[in-house]
Amino acid sequence: MSRRFGFRRQAQPNWPDYLAARATQAADPRLKRYFETGLPDPATPISEVPLMAMDFETTGLDSHRHDIVSVGLVPFTLDRIRPAEGKYWVLAPRRQLSDESVAFHHITHAEVADAPDFASIIDELLAQITGRLVVVHYRQLERSFLDAAFRERVGEGLLMPMLDTMSLEARIHRQSWWARLRRWAGRPMASIRLHESRQRYHLPAYTGHHALVDSLATAELLQAQILYHYSWDTPVSALWR
Amino acid sequence: MNVEQLDIRAHMAQFAPFDDLPDELLDRLVGSVEVRYFQAGSELLVKDQEIDSLWYIRSGAVEMYFRSGRLFNRLDEGDIFGYSDLLRNRRVRYPVNAIEDTLIYFVPADVFESVCDEDDDFSEFVDTGGQRLKGTVEQQRDDSGLMTTRVRRLITRQPKMVEATTTLQEAAREMRDGNTTCVLVVDVTDTQSAYTFTGRDGRNWQLSGILTDRDFCTRVLAEGLSPETAVGDVMSSKVIVVQSDESVYEAMLSMLRNQVHHLPVLHRRQPMGVLHLSDIVRHETHSSLFLVNNIFVQNTAAQLARLSSEVQTGFVRMVADGANSEMVSRSLATIGRSFTQRLLELAESELGPPPVPYCFMVLGSMAREEPTINADQDNALVLDDRYDAEQHGEYFESLARFVCDGLDACGYAYCKGDVMAINPRWRQPLHVWKRYFTEWMDEPNGERLLHSSIFFDLAPVHGESPMVEALQDLIADLAPQRPVFLAALARNAKSRTPPLGFFRTFVMEQDGEHRKSINLKRRGTAPLTDLVRVHALACGSKAQNSFARLDDIANTKLLAEGVNERLRYAFEFLSMVRIRHQADAIEKGQEPDNSVDPENIGSRERHHLKDAFEAISNAQKFLSFRYTMPAGRQGKRTGSGKGAP
Repeated sequence: MSRRFGFRRQAQPNWPDYLAARATQAADPRLKRYFETGLPDPATPISEVPLMAMDFETTGLDSHRHDIVSVGLVPFTLDRIRPAEGKYWVLAPRRQLSDESVAFHHITHAEVADAPDFASIIDELLAQITGRLVVVHYRQLERSFLDAAFRERVGEGLLMPMLDTMSLEARIHRQSWWARLRRWAGRPMASIRLHESRQRYHLPAYTGHHALVDSLATAELLQAQILYHYSWDTPVSALWR
Repeated sequence: MNVEQLDIRAHMAQFAPFDDLPDELLDRLVGSVEVRYFQAGSELLVKDQEIDSLWYIRSGAVEMYFRSGRLFNRLDEGDIFGYSDLLRNRRVRYPVNAIEDTLIYFVPADVFESVCDEDDDFSEFVDTGGQRLKGTVEQQRDDSGLMTTRVRRLITRQPKMVEATTTLQEAAREMRDGNTTCVLVVDVTDTQSAYTFTGRDGRNWQLSGILTDRDFCTRVLAEGLSPETAVGDVMSSKVIVVQSDESVYEAMLSMLRNQVHHLPVLHRRQPMGVLHLSDIVRHETHSSLFLVNNIFVQNTAAQLARLSSEVQTGFVRMVADGANSEMVSRSLATIGRSFTQRLLELAESELGPPPVPYCFMVLGSMAREEPTINADQDNALVLDDRYDAEQHGEYFESLARFVCDGLDACGYAYCKGDVMAINPRWRQPLHVWKRYFTEWMDEPNGERLLHSSIFFDLAPVHGESPMVEALQDLIADLAPQRPVFLAALARNAKSRTPPLGFFRTFVMEQDGEHRKSINLKRRGTAPLTDLVRVHALACGSKAQNSFARLDDIANTKLLAEGVNERLRYAFEFLSMVRIRHQADAIEKGQEPDNSVDPENIGSRERHHLKDAFEAISNAQKFLSFRYTMPAGRQGKRTGSGKGAP
């Protein structure tokens, strides 16, 4: 979110090419399989793309110093969200769990004490997201932590396009000429945090900061955003980043 | 169970029918939930579309429409819909639209059905259309709904909103195009406060004024203002509002207190519509209480006839709201009697006061307080014994003509059997009536027995009711001592048999236009009321209503244990099937009748239907057993003329 004004001009990686390249380069067979499956055609309407809402809770914001403590996944499409098929893991951080993050996530030292390492969920996690476009709220966090976690355990990173509900909300509420005018005039910016964004679409309030609840909340938010500001026919490549 | 499902569970557990479910079943439902978001204004279900899930409203609000496009029901958080379609044929009956942004939880049909199968309370809730609704209807009977109906139920469209800088002409165009009588004036504000709401554009807005069509007259035209004037200069800035969940009663008080006819309705702070005084009046015209009041202020028969269309509307609404058969029937009886009474009052004011006292009585289903929506009129005049045909004949003939014609115009068709006060035979002094009834009971024959099913249900409507009560007393005194009459009546009551064949298969009607169907009146409710009447007359009951008669019969040893309850249930069930069938026909714009095709009945209902018919069949067999023709009278048996078995 640091590049406030240059958003639309920001260089977009060519995701199909990137994934194709990784498919030939990847040494780890699991990653290779993931990259080989690849992406839907960039022109595919968003309504036809299988999606997977993903949310991490972490011990901090820096993927080099902090760790993932829980992962939530909820598969969905624009038509239906399937909470019953959701997945949730509590993971052991490699570094000490601070008291502040305990208060924030409600994940306690005791819970984490017996929890497995991220390595143990890699197979299942990859199986879940293969063939599905990952949807997150604030991709910088999930993307960097996922990449770091794979680099540390597998020796190769994992980068892929994500659909970011926060950046969609920012495009609508922060990058419009009206929003810029307001900012120029010194007005506060519209909040694009998950809860506040949901309120704009009259979605109900959930108890936040649980990876699985936030995944569900993100999936619902995307359905609302598409209805309000895009359409079911919007090509998926116009939305992924 | 996953934690986000716990949130789903916590929400569903607050609302009926989920609140009473055992944990295991609730978990099963919640474990199957799927989610989807719908934008305000979108179509959720289209008529005749296939439906594969139960719909649960997690947040937001939806509306359901009749085929005709009329508003049928408004549902919000915690309400469910689609269940009756799932139980029927999995086709959508009423289209559903979102009126707010709505989050839906879906429960797949197979899970829904398995819970129905395993939990009786749950299945009863969905079968009856919701006990909660039923409770609401019962309350409405006391206060006509004003106290319990929430304002949002009356809102049918989004408000027109303009900014204060809009010109008057532009605002007037908005009102014309939106077909509204006012616009709300809103302004962007920078600060979030107790008065602001977030618009679709993400900005903070606040409601700053209102401009009505009356204002255009008094503040614009009368003052000679230009059409270019800004709305903000003319509007009323003191806006009286009402919250969407407040009662209609409170809204009405607020209008009276503040001398306004328009009330913006807010959901939290977001305007969701404008309530106009006429919306409340229109809402109230649907309730039967209002209709009855309205009947008594009409001054001509033609005005009364115009009210009759509201009888059907009110009927359909009561059925939709989950009223039971007794409530529906009693309300129809009250309305029918009110029409009759008002017509008599109007006749008297036209013809002058009656030369001798009289009592106008209703007969048959109206007297039993069990009329259906398509009931004919059955009535008669009991005149004082000082009646002299020469002197008074013309007056009462005109009176009878006025009332019977008026009733026909109000939707109560002329009786095909001519049992009406316009028939001179049924316009007689009390002593003649007493002779009629005594003869019918002393010497029952075919024609007289035919009359018994109409004349032995009688009730006063207007005039000197003691005269009709004297007839009721006479019947109650004589009937128990007339075994021949009771035996003939019993045989007559068996002439129409329930449509059950061997092995409990349905036997369809073989004649007439309703082939391959079951006539619920001829084969169900009519034989049932007939046999209840026999027992009631035998035990000297003066009650007319079938349930009241069953109460009296229960105090005797006439019926074996449990039979009374079974008959009561059978009657309620058959009446309800018939009432629903008729309400359905009215919605479709068809003439309500009594014939249902068993193919159109769900398997569960079909099962109950067979039970009900079986109860009647057994009770009929018991009749001939209980009321045997005394020895020596066999030869004089005249039969019912209907080929009784």
